[in-house]
Amino acid sequence: MIEVINLTKQYGDKKAVDNISFKADDGEVLGFLGPNGAGKSTTMNILTGYISCTDGKALIDGVDILEDPIKAKQKIGYLPELPPLYMDMTVKEYLYFVYDLKKCKLPKISHLKDICSLVRIEHVYNRIIKNLSKGYRQRVGLAQALIGNPKVLILDEPTVGLDPKQIIEIRTLIKKLGKNHTVILSSHILSEVQAVCDKIVVINEGKIVANDTEEHLSQKLSGEHKLSAQIEGDRDKILRTIQGIKGIDKVVCDAEHKNNVCDFRIEAKEGVDIRRELFKKVAENGWYILELKTSELSLEDIFLKLTMGEAVPALDNAAGGEEND
Amino acid sequence: MGAIFRREVRAYFTSPIGYIFLAAFYAYAGIMFANNSLESGYTKLDSVFSTLLIIIIVLIPILTMRTISEEKRSRTDQCLLTAPVSLTSIVAGKFLAAFLIYLIAVAITGVFAVVVSAFGTPDWNVVIGNIVALALVGGAYIAIGIFCSSFTENQVVSAVICFIALIFVSFLSTIGNLIPFEWVTAVCEKVSFGERYYAFTYGLFDFSNVVFFLSAIAAFLFLTVRVLEKRRWG
Repeated sequence: MIEVINLTKQYGDKKAVDNISFKADDGEVLGFLGPNGAGKSTTMNILTGYISCTDGKALIDGVDILEDPIKAKQKIGYLPELPPLYMDMTVKEYLYFVYDLKKCKLPKISHLKDICSLVRIEHVYNRIIKNLSKGYRQRVGLAQALIGNPKVLILDEPTVGLDPKQIIEIRTLIKKLGKNHTVILSSHILSEVQAVCDKIVVINEGKIVANDTEEHLSQKLSGEHKLSAQIEGDRDKILRTIQGIKGIDKVVCDAEHKNNVCDFRIEAKEGVDIRRELFKKVAENGWYILELKTSELSLEDIFLKLTMGEAVPALDNAAGGEEND
Repeated sequence: MGAIFRREVRAYFTSPIGYIFLAAFYAYAGIMFANNSLESGYTKLDSVFSTLLIIIIVLIPILTMRTISEEKRSRTDQCLLTAPVSLTSIVAGKFLAAFLIYLIAVAITGVFAVVVSAFGTPDWNVVIGNIVALALVGGAYIAIGIFCSSFTENQVVSAVICFIALIFVSFLSTIGNLIPFEWVTAVCEKVSFGERYYAFTYGLFDFSNVVFFLSAIAAFLFLTVRVLEKRRWG
């Protein structure tokens, strides 16, 4: 549905977007994640035809946004970071205006009514936009994007500035919309992407650093081969014993507590699950496992690892996520 | 284009700009009419029309200053530029809306002619020629105003640039006279908007002047489209 091929945008010497490629299929919610200034909004502005790219291609449902912008724009509903609202209009006037602007063919009154009930703005329908709260303005912006029932929805940080209740509502709505539309959603809020998106593209300094599903990302960066354990027993003996287990890569004692209790970080070779073997060895020696868990990274950790430029071996795999799909 | 035109016309009257523009124009035109025609019992309106050029130089920047700069400032241009409409129709919609407001203002001169006809017989051909000329020169100034508005996000800056540009194109022949090269003076006289407008008030309906103003409108609207296009590529 959306295909971005080697997209580059250059402002003077600075590359705001540097040779990125990704794809969003029909009915998929794609999360576009990155710190502020990573190039998220620039990419979205290119996708919607607001600005042009220096190099590369963006295809919306097979139509190149630069070659046939009008046809491509018909397929897109866009909610920019700051909803493009005319403050002097009422919600009704504004939505009528957008309806006419998009040359929408659907039955006007019922279509707008459906959208308003979907984003829950019926009761502010006749109010002037200037007097609406941020949350309502955001919803009017979303309503504007939905007019004409576009196949693709591009939402730039749709929940910024909303209160927690509104955030949950908008997220639920986006999930619902994702069933019938292809949605690209940008955010620097990780939990949001985690909650809503099927697929995640992490972008940093204009480059894609990861492109995969959230589960895959977590697995790649951590998983069963990395364990943290709290074991009661003689520290050195435990270290030696664990070292002896087949498939072990590294074992370190992180901390020592009272009563011979130590925290260990254990890394096995990728794909090797040593939890059973570990349990057996510990039991044989009369020690006790007080705690054992796989060190699954949260999206937050992944994000930080990816964007702080920390050298994580698994990172390379993640960055090449497209091939791994 | 229709949607943008309707929104723009509406915006002129939901903000004070439309009212201020019309009120100022009517007030100035009324005083000039009273002074140059009613008081002196002069049934030809040529002097009224020639004085109106000054007020449109002052007022048109106010009419056009917000057209594009305000859209940029409030980011509503994202709504227009990502909608399935061409840049040309966006610019044309804005031009036609401003032009409509301007025509409402210019219409007052028709009332003057009717008032004059109660006291004598005005030369209707000349009056109509003058009204058309006023509409054309105003159209060209609006196109210049929209062009100036496309450069900046600041309405005041846009108005000032436009004001300077309008003074320049209106009095180009006067500026040309100061330059000691004959051909420069001749060229300045040819492209002076004021000179071409005054030709109408003398009672000369020269078709080349009509073509000149229409070309100016087309040229500046085209340039505005290019500025918007360039901004996308910047």
